[in-house]
Amino acid sequence: MATKNYAGVTVNVNEEGYFTDPSQWNKEIATEVAKEEGIDLTDQHFEVLIMLRQKNDAGEALSIRGINKSGVVDVKSFYQLFPGAPLKKATKIAGIPKPVSCV
Amino acid sequence: MSDNKHPIKKVNIICAKGNIEDIYATLVLGNGAVMEGIEANLFFTFFGLEGIVKKWMKKPHTAVIGNPAMRMPSLMGVIPGVEAMVSSMMRKEMDKLDVPPIDEFLELFTAGGGKVYACKLAMDMFKIKEEELTEYVSGILTVGDFYELAGGEGSQIIFT
Repeated sequence: MATKNYAGVTVNVNEEGYFTDPSQWNKEIATEVAKEEGIDLTDQHFEVLIMLRQKNDAGEALSIRGINKSGVVDVKSFYQLFPGAPLKKATKIAGIPKPVSCV
Repeated sequence: MSDNKHPIKKVNIICAKGNIEDIYATLVLGNGAVMEGIEANLFFTFFGLEGIVKKWMKKPHTAVIGNPAMRMPSLMGVIPGVEAMVSSMMRKEMDKLDVPPIDEFLELFTAGGGKVYACKLAMDMFKIKEEELTEYVSGILTVGDFYELAGGEGSQIIFT
């Protein structure tokens, strides 16, 4: 298994850079992962990241529809917060597995 | 896994058929593209208009006659109500998988920057006026307009 060093902490990641142990995550680490993705995290980013982590903890499959319904962020803002591939980037920064949903 | 030297940058998806599965194939491919950061244009033509005309898109249908994958005798499809029941079952099953209804799907797709277009010829043929189209349609195109829109390096045309 690969490891990476973020904010002075060694974390376990898979070959695509996704955390394999979400409990190794913290806000400082997230900030560094986000920098790699070219994103400077704001409070609004963190609200989304925490929501994603909660959904993941609850065993909920992540989908763009679920994010729209979350009440935390609408889809348009979600795309603006994490430009490019929003759900892939956001889950990577949130320290949770890459979603497998097609919608 | 992928050819990183020639990534797909844009997809232009033509939907010319109006069965549930044809419309959803278009929507899933289109939404999947914008979620990957790929520019996406959807072009609805002929029976595909079913997916963007307000009065039709609420209840899309599927073919039960002449559809071998339905795994039921075609003759059953002529019984009144069978087609409606099968279509309704399909819509319910999709909802369980978190596949949104068409209008919500178009909302998610366009919020992500995807564009939806209607075919001018098909609209003339079915006598559909612009105001009958869903709000998510950003324009009515001729085939020439469509090809122009589809131009560019790393662009692909997909026919569902």
